[in-house]
Amino acid sequence: MKKLLLATALTAISASAAFAAGHGTTIRMGTEGAYPPYNFLNDAGEVDGFERELGDELCARAELTCEWVTNEWDSIIPNLVSGNYDTIIAGMSITDERDEVIDFTQNYTQPDPSAFLAMSDSVDLEGGVIAAQTGTIQASFIASTGATLLEFATPDETIAAVRNGEVDAVLADKGFLEPFDAENADLMFVGDDVLLGGGIGMGIRESDPELKAKFDAAIQSMKDDGTLNALIEKWLPGSATF
Amino acid sequence: MFSYCTDPSTLSGLTWLSCYLTTGKHIAFYASFGTVMLLLAITAPAALTFGFLGAMAARSHIAPLRWIGKIYTAMVRGIPDIAFFLFVPIALDQGLEYLRHRWKCPDWGEAVRQGNDFVVCAEAKLPLSTAPQWVHEGYGFTLAVLAFAFVFGAFAANVLYGAMQAVPKAQIETAAAYGMTQRQSFWRILVPQMWVYALPGLSNLWQILVKATPLLFLLGIEDIVYWARELGGSKTARFSDYPHGDWRMWYFLGLLVFYLLLTWLSEKGFSRLMTRLSHGQATMAGEAQRKAAA
Repeated sequence: MKKLLLATALTAISASAAFAAGHGTTIRMGTEGAYPPYNFLNDAGEVDGFERELGDELCARAELTCEWVTNEWDSIIPNLVSGNYDTIIAGMSITDERDEVIDFTQNYTQPDPSAFLAMSDSVDLEGGVIAAQTGTIQASFIASTGATLLEFATPDETIAAVRNGEVDAVLADKGFLEPFDAENADLMFVGDDVLLGGGIGMGIRESDPELKAKFDAAIQSMKDDGTLNALIEKWLPGSATF
Repeated sequence: MFSYCTDPSTLSGLTWLSCYLTTGKHIAFYASFGTVMLLLAITAPAALTFGFLGAMAARSHIAPLRWIGKIYTAMVRGIPDIAFFLFVPIALDQGLEYLRHRWKCPDWGEAVRQGNDFVVCAEAKLPLSTAPQWVHEGYGFTLAVLAFAFVFGAFAANVLYGAMQAVPKAQIETAAAYGMTQRQSFWRILVPQMWVYALPGLSNLWQILVKATPLLFLLGIEDIVYWARELGGSKTARFSDYPHGDWRMWYFLGLLVFYLLLTWLSEKGFSRLMTRLSHGQATMAGEAQRKAAA
């Protein structure tokens, strides 16, 4: 009992041991870690993907030390504004609604087409049941059409819902759906692609214009020397380049 | 992990499984079981302490102290746990950061609340953004433990309050007749005897605490539920060496077995403890023990 109480006290103290190390500017990069190829956890359990490689390069150019953290998609904006991390780099499309709450850097991908993935090509995209991840541009798009929207917390669950017949199709970024279409005989793209959002950008607190300027400059320099295009071709084959 | 794991696509059967189950991600999954056990090991005594203090306050002869004790138990019992679990860590975190901000950066000109943003100076951040990731995780975990202890402490306070009332009045009166002060009769007569009355309620509370640990996931801590969902989700060959379909059911089945085993073991532990505590007590169980021995 006494030891356990001691352990309680120790954990409390360990939090304040944080005051030790202190050097340079460390930026905490918040991502979801569940949206390949943009960001996902690899077999070793580390953040990997297009945005990992992009983010590391941006931090190197902006001369910042970056630390990667994962956060649920649902609460990714609230945790940014309350200061748990300093940027969102999670395949987040730039939209007016989000721009009212946070700031975005310039976009680092072109507006990417979203596509429908289904088990058969005869599904009714106009009046059927369509899955999308909660709080995404795809979810607001479905809500504005005649189809019934079914929302899921993670991208993975939207695919599972198509497989078990809970929904007729899923609407998501084409770059995310493409591997599922290619590797599974029973899943296929249906209907026409839709263009949503203003491209993907990094989300930054509105009270943090300096950081926004740094990342804007770094993204611009990657656009200018073609390294951003090379990254897009590597991770998002078929997506438009700059 | 193993030397033969370099190209998993050529493996099959048990060798594939042995490689799959030892990826870095799986190691993190196994470690998260430790997180859950650590939470239980710290929260249980902390909640018991909160509960004991709460019960003592609720029985106090000093009115304001009694009100605090009563309000604490009534409030937590009336408000949904989940609201507390979400409220306590955020309120604590922002409250602490605000206090540190006032202390460390008194000359700061800007407002702390700027529209949606909660902005404190860099030195007041808790933990500092330069701190390594494990410190951030430890800090989040500590806040979660406090939230759990606060909520379960209120339930424990109610159980202990009831147990203290259940100790026969004659015992206390006898203590007074022997010339013991109130403090002496509380610690020497009441507390040793109340445990046997408190134990059924406390063991119930422990089981509820065990079952409530997946709420850690809600607080953004990478616990076993987080990893089970992450590992169980379907993986494509392009981004993983171990592609598989939707295996969430198997991972969650594993969690089910783990929790069932944990509650079953603690049930056994509690029944042994009950036998020991009943020894020599003026209760039915204690009486039965005396008769069996005679």
